[in-house]
Amino acid sequence: MPQFALLFSAPETWRDNLSPEEIQALIAKYVAWREGLIQRNIFRGSQKLVEGTGRRLRTQNGKVLITEGPFSESQEVLGGFFVIEVPTYEDAVEVARTSPNLVDGQLIEIRQLDFMVPPPTQN
Amino acid sequence: MAEPTAASESAIPCTELVDHLFRHEFGRMVSHLTRILGARNLAIAEDAVQHAMLRALQHWPFHGTPNHPKAWLIQVAYHRALDVLKKDRRLDLYDDEAETALTRQIDPRQGRAPVHFTNEVADEQLALIFVCCHPALPRPASVALTLKVVCGFGVAEIARAFLSTEISINQRLVRAKRTIRDQNIRFEVPSPAQLPDRLEAVLDVLYLLFTEGYAATTGDHLIKDDLCAEAIRLTTALTENTATSQPEVHALLALMLFQAARLPARVDAAGDLLLLEEQDRTLWDRALIHRGLRHLAQAAHGDHLSTYHLQAELAAAHVTAECFALTDWDHILTLYNLLQQLQPTPVVLINRAIALGQVEGPAAALDALESIPYDNQSQRYRLRHAAEGEFHRQLGNLPQARTFFQRALSCAHSEPERRFLERKLKSLAHTPLIANKKNRINVSNLPDTNRLYE
Repeated sequence: MPQFALLFSAPETWRDNLSPEEIQALIAKYVAWREGLIQRNIFRGSQKLVEGTGRRLRTQNGKVLITEGPFSESQEVLGGFFVIEVPTYEDAVEVARTSPNLVDGQLIEIRQLDFMVPPPTQN
Repeated sequence: MAEPTAASESAIPCTELVDHLFRHEFGRMVSHLTRILGARNLAIAEDAVQHAMLRALQHWPFHGTPNHPKAWLIQVAYHRALDVLKKDRRLDLYDDEAETALTRQIDPRQGRAPVHFTNEVADEQLALIFVCCHPALPRPASVALTLKVVCGFGVAEIARAFLSTEISINQRLVRAKRTIRDQNIRFEVPSPAQLPDRLEAVLDVLYLLFTEGYAATTGDHLIKDDLCAEAIRLTTALTENTATSQPEVHALLALMLFQAARLPARVDAAGDLLLLEEQDRTLWDRALIHRGLRHLAQAAHGDHLSTYHLQAELAAAHVTAECFALTDWDHILTLYNLLQQLQPTPVVLINRAIALGQVEGPAAALDALESIPYDNQSQRYRLRHAAEGEFHRQLGNLPQARTFFQRALSCAHSEPERRFLERKLKSLAHTPLIANKKNRINVSNLPDTNRLYE
């Protein structure tokens, strides 16, 4: 069965000025969504990325250039990702569509994991 | 009884966040950190807790709720506070004492909460209340600061509750924290010698918090109900500590509980204010009334008769009357006569006049009302004018009644109030000219919300 990575990005400032009550309400929604994925047995993993920093490496004229984040050219910061296992891209879109992260200014990008053939057995 | 909080915490299912957990935990964590860092570092404690909660928002969606959410939060807050303190190391204002105290507190066994006893938590919260409600701070600043750091409200929520802007609330908070620092206010429950003065300021602030929540002027209703609940929660905490469990604290708590008991019956389905006599008394919260009566009994100790005692007695007289007709107005008038000696404010005098009207009739009430000097509070004018209008109506002086109701209408604050007065004006048109001048018959009263004993 195909697996998809859901990449979550958000503008850096979106959490400013939230009250404890609002923070809790948001967490409750997110956690419930994640629990739902686990219960439907389509959750395969999730990771959070450290925000506000990063390294980019590329070569130019044979030399390795290293850029240190934050990378100012992008408005959104990649915050973390989920891996889910569903039959099609359309199913992955439907799952992402229900995410509470999908509010103003936030972005979810979906990419299918390209496995070696034959695919690794899931356990 | 002392119980480590880490143990009681396992009762919370790890995926379920109990209502207001973050809001209440905010106050507990700020209290705890402020005890370690000193009241001078209140702003650092507050920042650290806010930071920890935002970290939870970043992490928990991806990793799920940790097994011990509170322990997780406090550990993150400790480390944030430590980072902030260390950043100042080279500056003059560097607080090495706070850093040492915090380092000592942080448990070397990573991720485990230090053993923390529930009575210690309660004491820390009380100490923080005493810091926020210090007499050196202006009352409005204390109210905002208590809401922010003890109750865990956001600045936007406070602004909504007080119909103010976030900027002005923020300024108030910053100034208050500066005063705490400059005056070197200590983080402690005051000694018995200082307690009466300090407690008076605390009760003042808590009652302001409550009345702000209770008042039916405009503002966000959900937030306002929360203000009442918080005021009751903090006053209850004061009654549970041996040092602060004074008779007037029980009296204030009883007063709040009696008023809160009537909240569900105060407006009809359309959101219109209902008169005390129109309210469906079966909607009054019996459990709150009984709790109030228990605290009223506990208030009856010592020889100090506070205004809270009298106001609680007054509220009790209303909530224990089986129906409006059975209200004991003689008793209420006696209480107002005592209250006006302790607190001769226009609001008390107006309410006393209304009670007098119930006992001696509208003419006596109007005499009493006319003798009350005018002040600059339009809020009081509307209460006064509405009362004058009502007693003129009862005397059959319909033109005067109309004039006063119209005056009240011109200074009405909220939509429900406006509709209430418009209803009154409309009813004048249908009132027969032969008025019934006898006492105590079906006298319409002011809306319940105006009967606030401010």
